[in-house]
Amino acid sequence: MIKVQGLTKRYARNVAVDHISFEVQKGQIVGFLGPNGAGKTTTMRMLTCFMPPTEGTAEVAGYDVINDPMEVKRRIGYLPETPPVYPDMEVVEYLDFVGRIKGMPKEGLSKRINEVMEKCAVTDVRNKQIGKLSKGYRQRVGLAQAILHNPDVLILDEPTSGLDPHQIIETRDLIKGLAGEHTIILSTHILPEVEQTCEHVVIIARGKLVATDTVEHLTSRLRGAETVALEIMPRDTNADLNAFAPSVQQRLEQVAGVSRVIHKDSKDGRVHFTIESLKDRHIRPELARAVVESGWQLHELHGMGLSLEEIFLELTASKDTTAAEPVPVAAATASEEAPQ
Amino acid sequence: MNTLTICRKELNTYFRSPIAYFVLGIFALLAGYFFYLFVYAFVRQGMVAAMQGQNFPMNMDEMVVRGVLQNLSVIGLFFLPMITMRLFAEEKRSGTIELLVTSPIRDAEIILGKWLGAMVLYAAMMGLVLISFLTLFAYGKPDWRAMMVGFLGLLLQGGCLLAIGTFISSCTKNQIVAGIATFGVTLLLWVLSYWSDFDASITSKVLNYISVTAHMDSFSKGVLDLKDLIYYVSMTVLGLFLTARSLESIRWRA
Repeated sequence: MIKVQGLTKRYARNVAVDHISFEVQKGQIVGFLGPNGAGKTTTMRMLTCFMPPTEGTAEVAGYDVINDPMEVKRRIGYLPETPPVYPDMEVVEYLDFVGRIKGMPKEGLSKRINEVMEKCAVTDVRNKQIGKLSKGYRQRVGLAQAILHNPDVLILDEPTSGLDPHQIIETRDLIKGLAGEHTIILSTHILPEVEQTCEHVVIIARGKLVATDTVEHLTSRLRGAETVALEIMPRDTNADLNAFAPSVQQRLEQVAGVSRVIHKDSKDGRVHFTIESLKDRHIRPELARAVVESGWQLHELHGMGLSLEEIFLELTASKDTTAAEPVPVAAATASEEAPQ
Repeated sequence: MNTLTICRKELNTYFRSPIAYFVLGIFALLAGYFFYLFVYAFVRQGMVAAMQGQNFPMNMDEMVVRGVLQNLSVIGLFFLPMITMRLFAEEKRSGTIELLVTSPIRDAEIILGKWLGAMVLYAAMMGLVLISFLTLFAYGKPDWRAMMVGFLGLLLQGGCLLAIGTFISSCTKNQIVAGIATFGVTLLLWVLSYWSDFDASITSKVLNYISVTAHMDSFSKGVLDLKDLIYYVSMTVLGLFLTARSLESIRWRA
């Protein structure tokens, strides 16, 4: 459905997108992942014919973005980062305007508008001025605009940014519901979003393609081993933790299947460890037994897995030691974790 | 078709916001003042002439219609920037330009639609003056054809300045900047003709030809001069052409 080859956007001083190639099959949801400023928006703008590429080609539904922009535009629904709404217009009026400039026939337009409003849950504000709506509603009106003419391809630029946790979940469900009928590319810098909504993921950093694969493949490719977080207390709460920790570490290293034990810190009378297993070994039951048999108090034991986030950091960092802004990614994920 | 959709949307925006009402209201006030002034002068002069027993013919076309039209063409210059300043600047600031440009419509349709919307508002302004002019027919016999030519001149002049304003608006994200720049250019195009008051050199002739208001003279006299018609039409086309280039460059630079 979408075929991108060697797509490049060069500005006077920098290269925003550098020879990116990937393909998207019909009906897939693809997550376009990368830190802020990685070139996600620029790539999307090239796909929607907002700006032409400096080099390379992109095909949408068989039409080239440079040679057949009109055909491409007819088949694309686009939601930019800020929903392109006119604050003075009422919701219905706005959708009517969008329908007309998308070249939809007048007959059936109002029926389709009602359908789309229902789908995006904006029917209750149909006669309100968009400028007076909350950010969540405005975003959904933006989404309604994108799907109105029933395009083959939907391109959504950070569709959940600026929404509250409840709205984020609603929007994700809405997007998931649209898959199948539409081929969807959605960009985000929020990793759990990709894990939850997308089947495929395209990771870019600093304008370069870092990885493109299914979410499952990508996780298993880098996983293999299990990582476990452990928190324990000595039986005697007044014991010296500095002496306690090394003895624990020694004991844990003897557990079968453990490859590495890292002492994180000791505070409030507790010691924290991160333990990595050998490939394909489940060490949690063994660890629990070891702790209990030694007479220590087990406070917490949980598998950390290898989330997309770690994969992401690993991939982006291995390409470039300075790592492409990992901080905002981590911060964004932290705030994201609450609603899940 | 798409052009009309865009045009309708622009008019909708003008009338949803206070812009249209302010522009129309204040223009109507000023136009009414000028109309009253010229009619008053005309009547007064007629009375003076009658009292002195002089019975020379007085021309309503020359004394009222032409005077009012010439003044309106200048007042219009102050209002045009307010009509055009938001056309593209606002779309660029709020990001709605992305919707327009990624929709299957041609740039030309977007530009023409916007310009047409501005034209309709401008024509409505001028239409208000036409209402006052109609009262003249109750008391005299003004030449309606000359009057129409005068209005045509106002529309043509407005069209060309609106095209220039549209172009300037497409160059910036900031409405105020667009407004001030348009105002500056419009005023400059007016005062260029001042040169001819001091000098009859070739420079003055060239400047006078470039000046928008200089071309209004023949129209306000009720004369349809091809030279002036060509000037206005070509300036309009130039303005819209530059807008098209500028809109295209958003894509290359953005």
